[in-house]
Amino acid sequence: MNSSVSMTTGGGAAVAENKVPLWRRRKAMANYIALLPYLAFALFPFYIIFITSLKSKQEINNLGKSPFWTRGIEWENFTFLWTDTVFFEHWMINTFIVTTVSTIISVSIGILAAYALARLRFKGVEAFGVAVFITYLVPQTLLFLPLVDVINFIDDFIPIRDTYWSLILTYPTFLIPFVTWLLMGYFRTIPFEVEECAYLDGCTRLGALFRVVLPMAIPGIICAILFSYTLSWNEFLYSLVFIQDEHAKTVSVGVFTELIRGDIYFWGSLMAACMLGTVPIVILYGFLMDYYTSGLTQGAIK
Amino acid sequence: MATASEVEGGVRNTSPGVRSFLRRNLGPDTDGYLFVLPSIVMVLCLIVYPFGLAVYFSMSDAFIGEPMEFIGLENFVYIFEEDDIFLLVIRNTILFAVISVVCKVVLGLLCALLLQRITHLKRFLRGAMLLPFVAPTALTTLGWWLILDPTYSHINWILQNTFPFTLFEIRDYQFLGEPTLALGSVIFVNIWRGLPFFIITILAGLMSIPDHLYEAADIDGASTWQKFWKITLPLLKPVLAIIILFSTIFTLADFNIVYVLTRGGPMNETHLFATYSFTLGILNHEVGLGAAISLFLFPMMVLFVIFLLRMVRRDSAYEL
Repeated sequence: MNSSVSMTTGGGAAVAENKVPLWRRRKAMANYIALLPYLAFALFPFYIIFITSLKSKQEINNLGKSPFWTRGIEWENFTFLWTDTVFFEHWMINTFIVTTVSTIISVSIGILAAYALARLRFKGVEAFGVAVFITYLVPQTLLFLPLVDVINFIDDFIPIRDTYWSLILTYPTFLIPFVTWLLMGYFRTIPFEVEECAYLDGCTRLGALFRVVLPMAIPGIICAILFSYTLSWNEFLYSLVFIQDEHAKTVSVGVFTELIRGDIYFWGSLMAACMLGTVPIVILYGFLMDYYTSGLTQGAIK
Repeated sequence: MATASEVEGGVRNTSPGVRSFLRRNLGPDTDGYLFVLPSIVMVLCLIVYPFGLAVYFSMSDAFIGEPMEFIGLENFVYIFEEDDIFLLVIRNTILFAVISVVCKVVLGLLCALLLQRITHLKRFLRGAMLLPFVAPTALTTLGWWLILDPTYSHINWILQNTFPFTLFEIRDYQFLGEPTLALGSVIFVNIWRGLPFFIITILAGLMSIPDHLYEAADIDGASTWQKFWKITLPLLKPVLAIIILFSTIFTLADFNIVYVLTRGGPMNETHLFATYSFTLGILNHEVGLGAAISLFLFPMMVLFVIFLLRMVRRDSAYEL
């Protein structure tokens, strides 16, 4: 089996043999060895964050000792986060709420728009498609200053300033174009005939979308949810600009603005917080990695 | 949803009325407008309107808490003629984008070629390599901050305590304190974060190249090197163009890494458009100047998009 696989990967003349020749095995080993630096590079900061979060203050500040290993496992950094900060009770929960709600909003709106773009024919649909692509490329960097104004304006009617509602309102600006773009590709792969059958059976447009198209596009929708979730969990700039209230902050910003203190003893708790803020996304991604990679490559390949 | 149950083409001969008039002028699926309405409202209110507002801000002396006045292009004149930091911003942005994108392409291509050749541990290796791209940037950058911190730096520790380096008595490097090193560190972390996107996308591109091309090349006696230059690279070109486009746009507009690592310092030497605009607009309350700075991003990006889309289109026309 090995030889047949390595044949197709194009390493020279293809010789079908049961026994893998030595030179070929050496070559395969060389590939793994060459990948090691990449692996080390990718995982290095994660390792440092992890190992530092388990150290005591004294150990972190013992500069003569190797920083790459820990003497024992100390939980003081985590208990500090629990007792002295609002990391768990506010930041994590806020992040969770903002992420979930803005994902639901964006994916719902994105499904409708993507379906129209992929399937329906009406005047201006191409222009709308181009507009989606362009809005996808307008970075947050351009929008955060005026959005402060927009939020202040809305705040006159509904109190959203300095609450996580301002984030729920603004996160869809970068999520919807992305979700629409992603789902459009998935919807296009579903044959129209299937949908036609649904119409003939008396389905309405929405009925066909929900009963026929969506069930067939579930991988795409999981992918869209996963991406929205990751993007809003990781969002930093809007959250930094729009939220000043310590209790309304999300993880990334709370950790950055509240845990870096003047004294030199903050590294342990900072790294513990970084680890806890990263873990949910890594777990999610561990289960759904294949959806993630398919979504990542879909845009570029198709 | 009145028109929803009609199959396309099945109602062409219904009695004339508003519906058929709409249909003739707007296309067969007029309910499409309802489907795109929510996203259009959102885009208009939260992207198009703010964008217009940003343009207006940039031509005013907007300052938080004060009434603003229209001052035309004064902000832009000021930025070009008197603001020395802006020149640094342009220099940094170009260095930042060019170096990191070039490194990402080269390293990503190498890694993707390696990943394509292996047979075991595929999923594990790909998953591990993707982690930097998935994890929250602000948080992982804080990890890099510790690694690069002058006192606690793991890199300095290695340089001072492991064998070949101990011979040279290397001093503490101020990775984030010296301008050149700081810019280098910021670019380095950006490469770290963006590389997985290149690896995975290039890998997918490699997989989509049909095997028979390589088999044909083998029969013709082509060397591995020739196959790479004559088959792999030309066929990867469209994929490369797209990911370079995306990566450049997001690198140009990058905020998180620079702000978390250096906040633009030391002495404003590592500012990019986003961090400088944030510093002026939010921290210094000079909204007008901040908006003007951030608007410089736009023409740069539009040019880049047009350039790359052209390139992709020409290439795909050639392939097909």
